[in-house]
Amino acid sequence: MSKAKFKNPVVKWIDHRLPIFSFMDHELNHYPTPKNLNYFWNFGSLAGIALVTMIITGIVLSMNYTAHVDYAFDSVERIMRDVNHGWLIRYIHMNGASFFFIVVYIHIFRGLYYGSYKAPRELLWILGVLILLLMMATAFMGYVLPWGQMSFWGATVITNLFSAIPLVGESIVTWLWGGFSVDNSTLNRFFSLHFVLPFVIVGVVILHLVALHRFGSNNPIGIDVKGTQDTLPFNPYYTIKDLFGLGVFLTIFAAAVFFFPNFMGHPDNYIEANPMVTPAHIVPEWYFLPFYAILRAIPDKLGGVLFMFGSIAVLFVIPWLDRSSVRSSQFRPIFKIFFWILLADCVLLGYLGAMPAEGIYVILSRIATAYYFFHFLILFPLLPYIEKTKPLPISISEPVLSGSSPASAFAFREKK
Amino acid sequence: MSKKPNKKNDESKRDFLLVSTYAMAGIGAASFVWPLIDQMNPAADTLALASTEIDLSSLEEGQAITVKWRGKPVFVRHRTPGEIRDAREASMDDMRDPEKDSDRVTNEKYIVLVGVCTHLGCVPLGQKSGDVKGQYGGWFCPCHGSHYDHSGRIRKGPAPTNLAVPSYEFLSDTLIKIG
Repeated sequence: MSKAKFKNPVVKWIDHRLPIFSFMDHELNHYPTPKNLNYFWNFGSLAGIALVTMIITGIVLSMNYTAHVDYAFDSVERIMRDVNHGWLIRYIHMNGASFFFIVVYIHIFRGLYYGSYKAPRELLWILGVLILLLMMATAFMGYVLPWGQMSFWGATVITNLFSAIPLVGESIVTWLWGGFSVDNSTLNRFFSLHFVLPFVIVGVVILHLVALHRFGSNNPIGIDVKGTQDTLPFNPYYTIKDLFGLGVFLTIFAAAVFFFPNFMGHPDNYIEANPMVTPAHIVPEWYFLPFYAILRAIPDKLGGVLFMFGSIAVLFVIPWLDRSSVRSSQFRPIFKIFFWILLADCVLLGYLGAMPAEGIYVILSRIATAYYFFHFLILFPLLPYIEKTKPLPISISEPVLSGSSPASAFAFREKK
Repeated sequence: MSKKPNKKNDESKRDFLLVSTYAMAGIGAASFVWPLIDQMNPAADTLALASTEIDLSSLEEGQAITVKWRGKPVFVRHRTPGEIRDAREASMDDMRDPEKDSDRVTNEKYIVLVGVCTHLGCVPLGQKSGDVKGQYGGWFCPCHGSHYDHSGRIRKGPAPTNLAVPSYEFLSDTLIKIG
């Protein structure tokens, strides 16, 4: 499988029978990686580390948690007050979810900016969107477990989305609940699924990595690697770059865990769930706010639900919606402008999702929702007909050797 | 092997056997999957939840109470003559889910409703005297802004249907049984 030579006789013996060391040597050590990757390429490995952190802290938390409507809230408070280091483990898990989403959203926008979803990486992208969906389901169910007011009413509102389905909607909601309202059966099954879905995510992440390693990483100028002169071995060049990025990430993460642990949470979730009283203002966790804004922007129940799921469904087909053969925004002047508009649009949707659904906020939500779909469904397919892309450099080596600006790389080529 | 028609016969026989085997395996798998799916539906003890009786004798005109039934709030409101008039005389032309007030009550003084917004399941405000009651004076859902009138009918906002009326009966003038 590989020419790797191992000195250690035990490693040699094992590798001959189970080529795990050759595999790691090939995929993590020699793995040829484009030499021009910038720091936005750190976020994939950061997401992986966030996932592992969530699984480890989650398993430990489950050892102290009781999935029952009468005990869940108290068992979480016990973790916070009585369990040794429980506060730390729970705050890591709680903030870890937010940071996982921050990292993954940056990872996704990096893919959008540099056209990482284009051939031959379509499946890589689709697997990524699948991971996002699984993450959302997992995060939603995890948020229900502390059984606070936001847990309960978030669960009620989100499961009720399915009641918008014609004919079978009500039966589906009853089936999801295992009763006539969010209750003990619901809590139990959410705990079970919240425990198992992260391992499903690990499985899809492995497929994501297999697909990635088939053609290797995309890169900031978005042209294919032409040969070894364009790449560096992953180790030590990118292991060290990823580790440095991890250090920065952990510093910010630790600051949140130790100094602002409840900044991204909601105080109402420290009130035990009460099925008789809805809090005055229900908002989901921040990472769902853009989708929540889309849901509320549509004045029809089924329509709102369809648009909300559609906003994620559209991501699956982006590789075929964007018809330009140029990957990186660096060579697509108009696309680049619209990329920043899309980013601003998503941030605006996030803000609107946190505001009450009335007056100017509803109108703005509708405009922002319209833009979101316009961007993917109309702009992506049509832009290549209008846009004049900049000339692409001949190879990755040229811009790297002649300075970072692609324009100077082009000049370099002209001179030759 | 040398006779072509025979071979063809064999093949169609084999196809039939294969298809029927797959079909049987499919049915077998589906019949095993069903219990795994159906276990998530409400269990016998959940379905057997007792009905709730409510004594209305202490409920004054203009007052409302909330009781729990099947894990959900049920609103009972003793309506004032003005509220009853409003509910009866409201024009049904602009209603999303037109229904006569008389079809929604047994005794027009008492309106009994499942206190769950038909949009996404929040509990509307309007039971307490200080609550926001919305533009039509009945109930107002704070989650996504649905306005209900004195009959619990949806008048404005995203909810698709009126607040549900549970099945109930008057055991006496002031005692009702829900469920």
